[in-house]
Amino acid sequence: MSIYHLDIISALGINILLALSVYCPMVTGQLSIGNAGFMAIGAYITAMLTVHLHMPLLPALIAAGIVAGIIGLLVGFPALRLKGIFLAMATLAFGEIVRNFFMNFLEPLTGGAYGFRGIGSDPISVFWIWGWVIFFLIFLHFLSRSRMGLAMLATHDDETVSELMGINIVRLKIGAFGLGASIAGVGGGLFAHYYLYIEPEFFNVWKSIYMVLFVIMGGMLTFWGSIMGAAIFTLLPEFTRILHDWRGAFFGLVIIVLMIIRPSGILTRDMFRWDFWRPSLKGAKP
Amino acid sequence: MNSTPILSLKDVDKNFGGLTAVDRLNMQVFAGQICGLIGPNGAGKTTVFNLITGVYPCEAGAIHLSNREITSSKPHRITRLGVARTFQTIRLFANLTTWEHLLIAQSFLTRAGVGRRLLPDRQREKELKAEAQEILSLLDLWEDRQRKAVTLPYGSQRKVEIARALATRPKLLLLDEPAAGMNMRETEDLLHIIAKIHAQKQNMAILVIDHDMDFVMQICEYIFVLNFGIKITEGTPDAIQQDEKVKEAYLGKEE
Repeated sequence: MSIYHLDIISALGINILLALSVYCPMVTGQLSIGNAGFMAIGAYITAMLTVHLHMPLLPALIAAGIVAGIIGLLVGFPALRLKGIFLAMATLAFGEIVRNFFMNFLEPLTGGAYGFRGIGSDPISVFWIWGWVIFFLIFLHFLSRSRMGLAMLATHDDETVSELMGINIVRLKIGAFGLGASIAGVGGGLFAHYYLYIEPEFFNVWKSIYMVLFVIMGGMLTFWGSIMGAAIFTLLPEFTRILHDWRGAFFGLVIIVLMIIRPSGILTRDMFRWDFWRPSLKGAKP
Repeated sequence: MNSTPILSLKDVDKNFGGLTAVDRLNMQVFAGQICGLIGPNGAGKTTVFNLITGVYPCEAGAIHLSNREITSSKPHRITRLGVARTFQTIRLFANLTTWEHLLIAQSFLTRAGVGRRLLPDRQREKELKAEAQEILSLLDLWEDRQRKAVTLPYGSQRKVEIARALATRPKLLLLDEPAAGMNMRETEDLLHIIAKIHAQKQNMAILVIDHDMDFVMQICEYIFVLNFGIKITEGTPDAIQQDEKVKEAYLGKEE
């Protein structure tokens, strides 16, 4: 396999993680356009730990995931009071705060606006990235077939009724937000150690919007949708190189057409019945 | 009736801005009773349900469930203590099947932390599923268990709401206009089902809101009448039917 192909596969893995980071809050009905902020936190923390403290990558990534997750929980609290477009604005602002922080502070450690150079000498292998992807996918697989996963979907559909069914929606929503932030943090750490260079500009609003698009295009009620969305956004631009200058326009057109024909995303939950909690009522008769 | 009531409201108040929705309401419901809460439009019936279930905080007064005060507790806490309800306008989860509605309603009964929820306790899961199955059969929803609840006919959707409420193992079941929008046959069916539920869960109290006088008179053994947020009277169906104040509230005063 050529470096070109490995590059695409690695980018795909990172994009899947970023999509999943948006999927987690989204499945409880929370739209976050600030996940590039959590990604930046993860990227900078991992890089600082490995470069300045010479920490091995694995504990550095775990630390980044935990710190990003905790910050996610803290952001999740005020987010409870906001809905829809207002939550989107607030999270967008959070992402910008993080980007500006790394632009203007900690410059001796991170290079500030000049960028963080020399993160290791070789990019991490594609297995590092896909190992984490598989880890989170297995986790989400079990989550989505548990009652807790169903409770998340219920919260997405109707918060008041979910609460009246005995679900602690505050904990559920904050938890989902934190989990998403944590996944974004790990994704950011892997990103830093694959490209070996990061700068605050990488983590701007566009990055966050792309993550949201992955999920909306792929289908937001099953984590398979996040995989699908990330795959389309990563692979389609590569496959359409022959279109030259028309590539960007074609891609935009694909998004519009998909939104018209599949408004709830390419993959919906019904397609994955086997994946969800099958009422395992073997031999049971009413 | 000398035992402690399952539900008791004492001098409960609720205002919306300047509007008094519920004014010094006192009510008691006992185990095993089917009670009705009736009154003209805008009398504050649904508000009472929202106060009991914690959707709205009370401004004054106290609500007790058995001996426990639940005044202004969080809705999910109150549900966990044994109050379940249905809604005047059907509120089902748009993306979930009938079966999943019941699984969600039972989720707090698994009594477990995050880890246990991800890798469930098999024995308990088995019990809960058997229970869910029983509820679905009781309400004739078994055949529809794998269908998205919102795609079912109207009458069945109402039944899914009741099934979901029952799955939380309530001590008190609140039904908010269960017969609203139903045709004669569906209403008949519903009466039959409520009777079946009542027969099977002897200790559960049921409080029903409805406009349909015939319906309420048929199933309730005790009735509270509300008008403009004030309880104008309470009593057995026979007594209520004779009551002048009730006629006045529904039909207006004779000049």
